[in-house]
Parts: sequence; structure tokens; C-alpha cells
Amino acid sequence: MLSAPVIVVTSFAYLGLLFAVAYYGDKRADQGRSIIANPYIYALSLAVYCTSWTFYGSVGRAATSGIGFLPIYLGPTLMAALWWYVMLKIIRISKQNRITSIADFIASRYGKSQALGGLVTIIAVVGVIPYIALQLKAISNTFSTVLQYPEVVVPDKQSAPLFLGDNTFYIAMLLAAFTILFGTRHLDATERHEGLVAAIAFESVVKLLAFVAVGLFVTFGMYSGFDDIFERASEITQMSALMTLGGQSGNYAAWASLTFLSMAAIMFLPRQFQVTVVENVDERHLYKAIWLFPLYLLAINIFVLPIAFGGLLRFPGGTVDADMFVLTLPISEQRPLLALFAFIGGLSAATGMVIVETIALSTMVCNDLVMPVLLRMKALRLTERPDLSGLLVGIRRGAIVMILVLGYLYFYLAGEAYALVAIGLISFSAVAQFAPAIIGGIFWKGGTRAGAVCGLAAGFAIWIYTLLLPSFAKSGWLPITFLSDGLFGTELLRPQQLFGLYGLDDITHCLFWSMLINVGCYVGISLIKGPGAAEHGQATVFVDAFRHAGVTPGSRFWRGSASVHDLQLLLGRFLGPERAREAFSAYAHGRGVKSMEALEADASLVHYAESLLAGAIGSASARVMVASVVDEEPLGLEEVMNIIDEASQALAHSRQLEQKSRELEEATNELRGANQRLQELDRMKDDFISTVTHELRTPLTSIRAFSEILNDNPRLDHPQRAKFLGIIIKESERLTRLINQVLDLAKIESGNAEWHSGEIDLREVVEDSLTAVSQILQDGNIAVETDLPDQLPIIVADRDRLMQVMLNLLSNAAKFCNRANGRISVGVSRNGRDLRVDVSDNGEGISPADREIIFEKFRQAGDTLTQKPKGSGLGLAISRQIISHFGGSLWVESRPGSGSTFSFTVPVKAGTLASSWPEPAAVR
Amino acid sequence: MIGPGIKGQRLVALFLLGVLLLNYPLLNLFASDGRILGVPVLYAYVFSAWALVIALMALVVEKRGD
Repeated sequence: MLSAPVIVVTSFAYLGLLFAVAYYGDKRADQGRSIIANPYIYALSLAVYCTSWTFYGSVGRAATSGIGFLPIYLGPTLMAALWWYVMLKIIRISKQNRITSIADFIASRYGKSQALGGLVTIIAVVGVIPYIALQLKAISNTFSTVLQYPEVVVPDKQSAPLFLGDNTFYIAMLLAAFTILFGTRHLDATERHEGLVAAIAFESVVKLLAFVAVGLFVTFGMYSGFDDIFERASEITQMSALMTLGGQSGNYAAWASLTFLSMAAIMFLPRQFQVTVVENVDERHLYKAIWLFPLYLLAINIFVLPIAFGGLLRFPGGTVDADMFVLTLPISEQRPLLALFAFIGGLSAATGMVIVETIALSTMVCNDLVMPVLLRMKALRLTERPDLSGLLVGIRRGAIVMILVLGYLYFYLAGEAYALVAIGLISFSAVAQFAPAIIGGIFWKGGTRAGAVCGLAAGFAIWIYTLLLPSFAKSGWLPITFLSDGLFGTELLRPQQLFGLYGLDDITHCLFWSMLINVGCYVGISLIKGPGAAEHGQATVFVDAFRHAGVTPGSRFWRGSASVHDLQLLLGRFLGPERAREAFSAYAHGRGVKSMEALEADASLVHYAESLLAGAIGSASARVMVASVVDEEPLGLEEVMNIIDEASQALAHSRQLEQKSRELEEATNELRGANQRLQELDRMKDDFISTVTHELRTPLTSIRAFSEILNDNPRLDHPQRAKFLGIIIKESERLTRLINQVLDLAKIESGNAEWHSGEIDLREVVEDSLTAVSQILQDGNIAVETDLPDQLPIIVADRDRLMQVMLNLLSNAAKFCNRANGRISVGVSRNGRDLRVDVSDNGEGISPADREIIFEKFRQAGDTLTQKPKGSGLGLAISRQIISHFGGSLWVESRPGSGSTFSFTVPVKAGTLASSWPEPAAVR
Repeated sequence: MIGPGIKGQRLVALFLLGVLLLNYPLLNLFASDGRILGVPVLYAYVFSAWALVIALMALVVEKRGD
């Protein structure tokens, strides 16, 4: 009933159905009514994780190690709990930077390094090839098995000739053709394939239903429920041993390491990255997938153990490959339709994996391996070709074929030596090498390109030595002594007991050494030499991805000039001119610019172009291409550090704020001080005015009083009248003088006074002033002593003002000297660069308390209430103002009871220190 | 975005719970010969713990108002 034509036709019909689903998905996407834009389809598409490894291999694994197959699904479940932090960040970063593959991600993180992108691509391709071989082996074996219906015959070891004589090769090529149809029909800048995702989700449903159908049939059709199967199995010692873990610690180490491996695999397998990150429509879909996807894993694993035990019970003695139980059980029970359904389910699992994986890998090979090399080969003149999109599609198609051929070769060379799961684990171990560079890269800014390159390369080398080469040795393609005796017969170098490490299974052994070296190199080398400017910039973009929301990432780090036309041409070469034009119009539209022509080639447009291009050829190549049409001004290290370091910016910002607030505080303090001074000045002005009015009123009152007396008493006798008139005249003079002085002081203080500075001889001024007061001195019978040197240096001052000061001091001295035996002495001396004038009297002296007061306005020594004031009280205040204007100072020294000495200094005119001027002796 | 907040922290706690439940030494407690409802204790335990973690994750993610 299940003849070859039936099987082949059914298979093709199923693939045709898949293609229809994909076509429908693409069509709906073009209409803007996406069928994959919901979390359920997204979660189902993540289930591309479940390949023929899950469909067939888990049962095989369970048949030999009981529950040991399960960590491969527990790891992703646990990891999903961390997606909220980890995967969300990776998706955000990838969307912001238009990252289209895992190689792109790592290359972009470490400064858009082409070398790193190439290395990651090589690791991914080499690492995943065994995994693809696994799928080919599964399809090939199941095809042969189902063909034998109704016999249960395990296919022999491959004896067919390589390539053309081998069915598996045709299967591989069919898958390649199918993948090409699916994945590279056109070149999309975002590398998103809506139809493909729809098909993958559909396949996930099919494989789940098929597996559950077989599980239900085995559990409830062949046996009567779970308890029946386990009851029967436990009666056989060999099988009951599978129901515990077998207490050795090694089993738990393997358990933990498989959990860890699968945690890495669910994130970093190229196809998982493709469906989880690149094909993600809306990052909110991830939330629901966090529990939906593990739920799918749980559902597809429930019947693994019953099928395994059912198979072991049905085919005792190991005559049938446990990997094929899912198919052989229905066959043995003569259920052709169920067997066919199981075959289609397995085909679903395998094709889903192969299609997505090879598309993801071909993107990487094209963008991160081939294009960078081609673009560097100047002889090809690629950069001058008008349209490269055809070339890009061609490279990808070639890469898909090449990857499947490599997978086939691995299957042919090494596939028979291992069970399905064992082959898959080899790939998982390779992919786990990406974990330090990626996880470190998104959470640690200190990771460097050198560290990532060394870590990846070293970890990959360990993987090759401890897992890949041994798989060849076990298949007989390398001498088996390589395993037993080590490289060059050195026991320490035995690949699966490296450096004498025993007791671990080969996967755990490889994981330990490779992770040790990988993490060690990555962290160590990163710490030895910190990141450069470009790396630092990318590190900030990645690590602070959540903080960059809303900002066009990267554009801040760019400075240069470009033309819109050049950019559009460049884009046209890789995406096709039409698509480039559309992209630019969309950009102009989004910017609110009327037409493309009106666009400015600013940093954000260049960044836009670069990210579009990155979608097509990878970020590292895109960077090179954009740089070829844009005159970039390289940013200096200092500049980059300053611009990009978000943290330091924030810090600087807060420092600025602090400084501002400090300045504000200072300003406030100054204002407060100024306000206080103003208030004081205001009060002083009030005081001044009240004093002035008081001082003015005194003479006015007496003038008025005597005028009234004269007015009221016309018959006052003549001498009396003369006396009163004399008082009036004297008081008027005093009033005039007072007003003059107030005006004078006001002028000087406000800076409006007129100064007629000139070169003057101080001796002359002193002599003139003495002459001016000689009458007063004679009247008071006051003796004068002078001590004037013959020659004095020239000073620069206003002669009249200086005269005013001298007269003030001399008249004060005359007023306050001893009544009976008045004596005044005047001396001039040199005091450093100043000339010093001393005017002494032999009066009562001034009490220490009054010595400063007398220089204030309207203040006089002594009690002004009881004693009649002997002046306006402004003379000394004016004098001090004048002297300080000349750059000197005026002060008083006094001993109460023995007179006072008023002294002032005026600076000598620069350069006129007469050489003849002797160093003076003491002044007096 | 909703972003890593209290939900993220709850999920991390669930991750730690899962690591604890599904590894040595707790796992070893159930690696015995007995059977619950006909299912070997170890299998029953692992699948229940797994289902529990998934159910809690669903609760955390779907809970509104955070």
C-alpha cells in the first residue's frame, strides 16, 4: 500500500501545501494584512527548534538513557524565563540596527568588524553542518524504512556510492531547491520572510499533531495507558534502570551541561535567531511566547517515554533502531495511514529546520563572508556595477546548495557512527561558543573585538579537537589511535580526555574546556586592552539599547558629507533601483519632506541608507559601502569618547546641573549681599539726608531768628543791630560753605567731580597752604614748625584739591590746638614710593573711639549735643575721598592729652624718584 | 515599552526556581524506583515541575496591571 510513488507523491503534495501556505503568507503581507502578526504564530514558528532530533531522536535517546533526552527541552524553558531581559534586548538591538543574522549581531557589536563576522559565519556553518546532516539522515532513514512497509527492516549502513548513486543526495538537493524557492525569491532589505514563517508555523502544528497521534496510538492503542506501559517495562530490569537517573555524579553533570547547551542553542542557533529575532514582527509577541513555546515543548515530549518503552517492549533485543520507533511502531501494527502521517510529521520537522537554517546561514555566508571579500577585490569592480541585487541572490542560492552538500558529506562520512541526538549535540556545542560574546556583548561594555575574536576562535578550536575530529575518527576517516592515544601519541592530548580529564561524557568534556578557554580569552583579553573608540560606540548602542529608544542609533556618531543621489545609487545597486527609490520616498514622506529631491543628506539619512544596506549585505559590508560614497570625517578618539559615552554624558550633565545650581546659589548670595548693601546705602542716604537737613537747619534757624528780631524791633540800637547782622552774615557763609561741601562730596562720591591733575611740587602746595592760613594762625597766636626738604619728587595730583586737603588739615589743627600755647608742626617726608605729609597739633587729642568716626560725614569728635560744632563735619570726609582718589591714604594718630597727627600719603610720579633725594631720617 | 520591571524580576525568580527544581540535588530525591499512578516517580516529578514552571510563567506574563 505504501509504495514508493505514493510516498513520493504524498511528500511532494505536502511540500506543495507548505509552499501554498508560504505564498499566501507573502501575499497577505504585501497587502498589509499579515497572518503572522500574532503571538501564537510567533510561538509556533519558534518551535522550528523541534527537528527530526525531537521527532525521532528523542525516542532513541530515551530508549538508551531514560529521561536523559529531556534537558534539551528544559533548557529552553528555563531560558524563556530570562527572555524578558535577554531576548527582548537582542530583538530591540537588532531592530534598531537592522541586524539580520547572528554573525551580523556579533560583528556589529564589536565595532562592525568584518573579520569577526566572517569568523562567526565559519563557526556557524561548520558547527551546524552536523545538525543538517542529522536531518538528512533522518529523512533518508525514514524514507527507506517506510518504503519497506509492511516489513520492519532497519536500513543497512550506507553502501551506496557517493552523490549520484545515493538517495540522500537527491533529498539534499531537493531541499536546497525548495529552500531557494522559499527563501531567496527576492531580496528584502529587512531579510524578513513572512510566508516562510507562516509555513514554519504550519509545519510546527503538523509535526506536533503527528507525534501526538503516534503517541496516543502507542499508549492507548497498543497498550492500555501510561501505567500499563510502565508496568510492563518495569518488569524488565534493563528498562527499569532507565526509570531512575542512575546515581553517578556524571549523569548529573551531563544533565546540567545539556541544559546549559540547550539554553545557548535556543538563543544562538542561526535558525532560532532568524525566527526569534529577525522574523519578529512586534516585540510584544515575545511575551506570550515566553510561556507558549515551553508549553509546545512540553506537549511534544509527553509521549516520548511511552513510545520509547513501547518500542523497546515491541522490538526487544535491539533489532530495530530506537531512533525509528515513531515510524516502526505504526508499521509493525499495520497502520499505513498513521505511518504515513508520522513520516510526514518527521518530514515537517526536518524540512522546517533545513529551510530556516540554510536561509539563515546563506545570509551570513553572503553578507559576512563572500561579499566583504568580493567588495575588497578591486579587480572585480563590483562597486561600479549598477545593480548587484542579482549577484547577492546568486551568492545566497549558491551558499544554500553548498551548505546542503556539506551536510550531505558529513552525513556520508560521519553520520552512521552516531545516533541522531549525538550528532545534534555536536552542533549545539559549537553554537554555545557564541554565548560569551553575545551575552557579554549586550550587558558588558568592556568586551572588545580582540577578546571576542580570541574567545570564539579558541573555543571553536577546542570544539573541533574534542568533538568534530573524534566524530571523524569514530567513523573511520581518521585513525582511531587519534582517540585512544592522542595527537602524536601524546596521552595528555587525547581529544576526549584532554589533559587527563576523565569521568565526563564527551559533550560535557568539550563544553568544559571550550567554555573555559572561550570565556577566559574573551574576558581576559578584553580586560588587558580596553575597547577602542568605534568598539566603545557600538558597545554603548548595544548595552544601552533600552535607553536609546526613540533616538536613531548611530547617527550621532557620524560626521561627514554625502549626496542623496550617491546614496540612492548605492542602495539601488544592492536592492534594485526601484526598491531604493521607494525606500527614499518613504523616508522623505516620514520626514515630512515633500519630495526625495528635497532631502538633505544628513547623518540620519546616511544612517538610514546604511541600515537598509545592512539588511541586504550585512552591517560590516554596508559600512564599507556607505563609506565609499560618503566623505566621512573620522571622529577623534577623544571626540567619540565624549559624544558616545552615555554614562559620562549623564554624569557630565548632572555635574553641569550641580555647577549651575552652585552658580545659582552664588548668584543668590551675591544678590543677597548686594541687596543688603543697597539697604545699608539706602539707610545711609536717609541718615545723610536727615543729617544734612539737620546741619542746614541750624544756621538757617539762627539766620531766621536774628532776621525776625531785626524785623520785629526796628528801633534796635545800632551796635546791637550790627552784631546781629554780623551773625546772620556769618551763618549764611557757613550755610553756603556747607552746601558747597555737600555738593563737593556728592560730586566726588559719584565720580562726577572735575579733576585737573598735573605735575606738582608738594613743597609748594604745603607752603602756599601755610601762607593761606597764616592770618588764622596769627589770630590764634599759634606757632608753626615746618620740616620741608629742599627738593621733593614730582607728584601727579590736582593742585586745588590737594590745597583743599592741606587747608582742611591746617584749619582743623588750628581749631583744636592748645588754646594757650598753640603749636602746629608740618612735615614732609618720603615713605617708600610715597610722599608723606604730617600735620600735628598739641591739642587734647582724639579718643581711640573717635579716630575713625571723624572721617565719616557729619561726624565730629566729642558730644555734638552739648558742644557747639566747630565745622560742617564734612571736611575730613572730603579730604579722605580726595587723597584716595590720588592713590594715597589719610589717617590719624593721636594720644589723648598730647595732640594728634593727621598724615596722608600721595604716590610719587613713576620714574621721577630724584636721585638726589636722600633717604629721609625719621619724619619728626 | 513595558520593559523589564517587576514581571522581569518574577520571571528571573522562576528561572531560578526551575534551575533548582530540575537539577541535582532535588532531582536525586525523586530518582527512585516507585511509581505514582503507574508513572515512575522521576518522570512524574520532572514533568510536573516543568508544567508548574510553565504555568507560573504564564501567570506572570499574562497578569494585567503591572
